[in-house]
Amino acid sequence: MQQADLDILWVYLTTSPLAGLTITLLAYLFAYWVQVKSNAHPLANTVLISAIVIVIALLLTDTSYQDYFEGAQFIHFLLGPATVALAIPLYRQLADMRQYLLPVFLSVMVGIVAGTLTIILISRELGADLATQMSLSVRSVTAPVAMGIAEQIGGIASLSVVMVLITGVFGAVFGGKILRLLGIQSDMVIAIAMGNNSHGIGTARAFTINQRKGAYAALAMALAVVLNALLLPWLVTLV
Amino acid sequence: MPEKQNHHDLQPSNSQQLEKAGLAFLVGFTTLLCFQLLGEVSVRLINIPVPGPVIGLIMLLVCLFVRQKRGAPELGSVISASSTLLTHLSLLFVPASVGVITHLQTLSEQWQPIAVSLLAASIVTLTVTAFSLKCFIFMMKKKLPE
Repeated sequence: MQQADLDILWVYLTTSPLAGLTITLLAYLFAYWVQVKSNAHPLANTVLISAIVIVIALLLTDTSYQDYFEGAQFIHFLLGPATVALAIPLYRQLADMRQYLLPVFLSVMVGIVAGTLTIILISRELGADLATQMSLSVRSVTAPVAMGIAEQIGGIASLSVVMVLITGVFGAVFGGKILRLLGIQSDMVIAIAMGNNSHGIGTARAFTINQRKGAYAALAMALAVVLNALLLPWLVTLV
Repeated sequence: MPEKQNHHDLQPSNSQQLEKAGLAFLVGFTTLLCFQLLGEVSVRLINIPVPGPVIGLIMLLVCLFVRQKRGAPELGSVISASSTLLTHLSLLFVPASVGVITHLQTLSEQWQPIAVSLLAASIVTLTVTAFSLKCFIFMMKKKLPE
């Protein structure tokens, strides 16, 4: 094959959405295989592994995120219908959860206030600029919503997504371990704390364990979305 | 909705079953998209700072409870589409996660405040949520499941 042919092939691969879409699915299937092989070890988080694999591939081939996203957007788009789909596990479990709604609501609110004050105070103390502080403050809100709130309070939308993802993966990987070390045994309490701190990624992790835990985490995540949207603009001016 | 009878059919052939499952997924997925669309349209009409899919979720939830009250059969198609999407929910976060690559500079310049504050805030939110939940449940004299 001639060099010119290879160039044409390369241009096709980098400009067509097919490559971005395919590598996303391949990386995910690989990550899923690792997760199964490791008996669902928390460190074998599928989001974490897939992202690392793809970032390395993009850096090695010198492909821009924009070009990658041309293909990956088809998967990204499914976050919308998947959010609507959370209605099903919530509906199934709500009868069970009804008596806990008030305590869950209150604890999610207390957790948000404590976490937000912590992140603003510490990041400011250690010298993060204001835009970074604001982008950090939305870390516990599921990505599409976090972007909107971040812009509203003076953060950077895409940077806030990074903070959201780090928080999500951290909670999904270590959240259960930390809480168990501190003597929390109830799966429900752990799932709610994970949903509140680690939003969709924590919820996704809970769903890999069972539908019931997933529903608890989804409830906390949904409450966190609404409460963060209402409280954050006010909380960040408080400190 | 006719798909309820799925399980009662007398041993339909394999291809028939696959065809039915495929159609159920298609109907369910379309339903989810319709509710998302309803949600997106409503947040724009009433101008509230909540994302469209969240409103779509609430609308679907209300719809499910209304059907339950009326004794209507469960929406098998929506259930099948929803469980397909949710069992691999993690996959849907991958494209956004790769966006880390566009912020490598900010991250390397301010990694210290970012790492320390994210770590501290995560531990604070996790533990405060968990312990206050235990506390509130105890105060309301409810039993903790499991």
